[in-house]
Amino acid sequence: MIKFLTKIDGINNVLENNNLLEIEFEKNNIIKIFNELRENTELNFNQLLDITAVDYPSREFRFDLIYILQSLTKNKKIILKTFIKENENIESITNIHKSADWYERECYDLFGIEFINHPDLRRIMTDYNFEGYPLRKDFPLTGHTEVRYDDLEKKVVYEPVKLTQEFRNFDSESPWEGMENKLFGDEKTTGEN
Amino acid sequence: MKEVELNTTTINFGPQHPAAHGVLRLVVELEGEVVQRAEPHIGLLHRGTEKLIEYKTYLQAVPYFDRLDYVSPMCQEHAFALATENLLGINVPERAKYIRVIFAEITRILNHLLNIPAYAADIGAVTPFLWCFEEREKLLEFHEAVSGARFHAAYFRPGGVHQDMPEGMEEKLFEHFKTLPKFIDDLESLLTNNRILRQRSVDIGIISKSEAIEWGCSGPVLRSAGVAWDLRRSQPYDAYDQVDFEVPVGKKGDCFDRYLVRIEEMRQSIIIINQCLNKIKPGPISIEDNKITPPKRNQMKKSMEALIHHFKLFTEGYRVPAGQVYSAVEAPKGEFGVYLVSDGSSKPYRCKIRAPGFAHLQTLDHLSKGHLMADIAAILGSLDIVFGEIDR
Repeated sequence: MIKFLTKIDGINNVLENNNLLEIEFEKNNIIKIFNELRENTELNFNQLLDITAVDYPSREFRFDLIYILQSLTKNKKIILKTFIKENENIESITNIHKSADWYERECYDLFGIEFINHPDLRRIMTDYNFEGYPLRKDFPLTGHTEVRYDDLEKKVVYEPVKLTQEFRNFDSESPWEGMENKLFGDEKTTGEN
Repeated sequence: MKEVELNTTTINFGPQHPAAHGVLRLVVELEGEVVQRAEPHIGLLHRGTEKLIEYKTYLQAVPYFDRLDYVSPMCQEHAFALATENLLGINVPERAKYIRVIFAEITRILNHLLNIPAYAADIGAVTPFLWCFEEREKLLEFHEAVSGARFHAAYFRPGGVHQDMPEGMEEKLFEHFKTLPKFIDDLESLLTNNRILRQRSVDIGIISKSEAIEWGCSGPVLRSAGVAWDLRRSQPYDAYDQVDFEVPVGKKGDCFDRYLVRIEEMRQSIIIINQCLNKIKPGPISIEDNKITPPKRNQMKKSMEALIHHFKLFTEGYRVPAGQVYSAVEAPKGEFGVYLVSDGSSKPYRCKIRAPGFAHLQTLDHLSKGHLMADIAAILGSLDIVFGEIDR
């Protein structure tokens, strides 16, 4: 299978990891690649399981865009990955996989990645008139607005978030962990004392 | 010839509608009573689970999974536990595997025991609801016995399960699952040949094999269309490769087939549980590495080492090697997957949850086109929609 995958134009890197194939591809070739993955009888990736993204704010190519595909005939799952910049967009694959419709909408809603030629690119998860992209790392966990029912106005009103206690994000990570080298006396740490 | 203008009516179905199974707003375009377009507006129950998990340690993330699809909690913990174990590169002990399979199957029965009567209630039957809830209550007692909670169990944890089954539990389970097949027969006698149920569900909401695959369907929806696909069989996890069971498939892919598949799945679940009960042996229920699973309480009273481990586990948590993984389980509703990215710290960098219902609800527009308005309730019920997992 890896042999057939590496032959496809635009696929850069095929990595086998935990019985799962991780593939990096060029975003400009996306339509061709996904068509090939689906139509090639040796691969036959006929089901799109999910589209998602991972945000790395410090990188130039800010987002990892992840596609998870499954082949029901070959009983195999692959993760396809491409890198895109903050204001870049990517071709929609709704013409190849129908299920991409909502997945791409979700990705647009939560990360702000735009998909070209998507039939109906609207927000899906967040509230009507929501602003911002919640799953980006620079979006605060508490959000920007909160809602409450106003008894005088007889409707739900939106207000900026007021926290009665400052948001606390404890860093409990020990600087000591992660040392690879063994220290003298480490052998005593196993077994009951 | 005179031109006739066709008038379509647009109505709002939900977000507060008993047949919407939660908070679904459906904008339906009707011509007369025939559905032209049904557009689901979801997200009314969006709680930002994925964002919250990024701020929690791996152990603290477990309870969020119970609260996704709140009718089949343990199966979702299962997916997260498998993903984390995969990144950690650990293998859980034999007994934990069997316990997980037993409770994943109990959860499957619980889920179907809710879905089937809820679906029947949507199209006119009341009695199954009362019957099944009594039976559910008995099964929830097993949940409570092992985890202390009826629903939000937080029982399957990375590294094994939280605690061993109480003494005598295996016999109790064995006794209980002797009586359950009789109950399923009784339930079927109410429904399967019922005229109203058949009138309302046969040939309603048909999905073909290729469409089901294309739309990303999984679980009973995919199997009802005739695709013999079950992750427990094709990509077995935990002890599923040790048990023998059959995968029921439908012929037409209509609402009635989906109902029949679920009934048969319950029977197969009982068979799986019985096999597990025969094979399960005493032993450890989680890996004995105190860097990942907490030490026993009585150890902590005596050993400083254990106390430190306990403190570190519940403050810092454990660090997971950097990497990415996608783990999926056959949840009662379909393929429930967790895509987990770790940056080497004790909190997930990204945790994407693949909910089967999300893909299924997407097909609603396609399934309901040309049907009557009243059929939407039947189709929604047969897709097994729960908003906890769809909106996340």
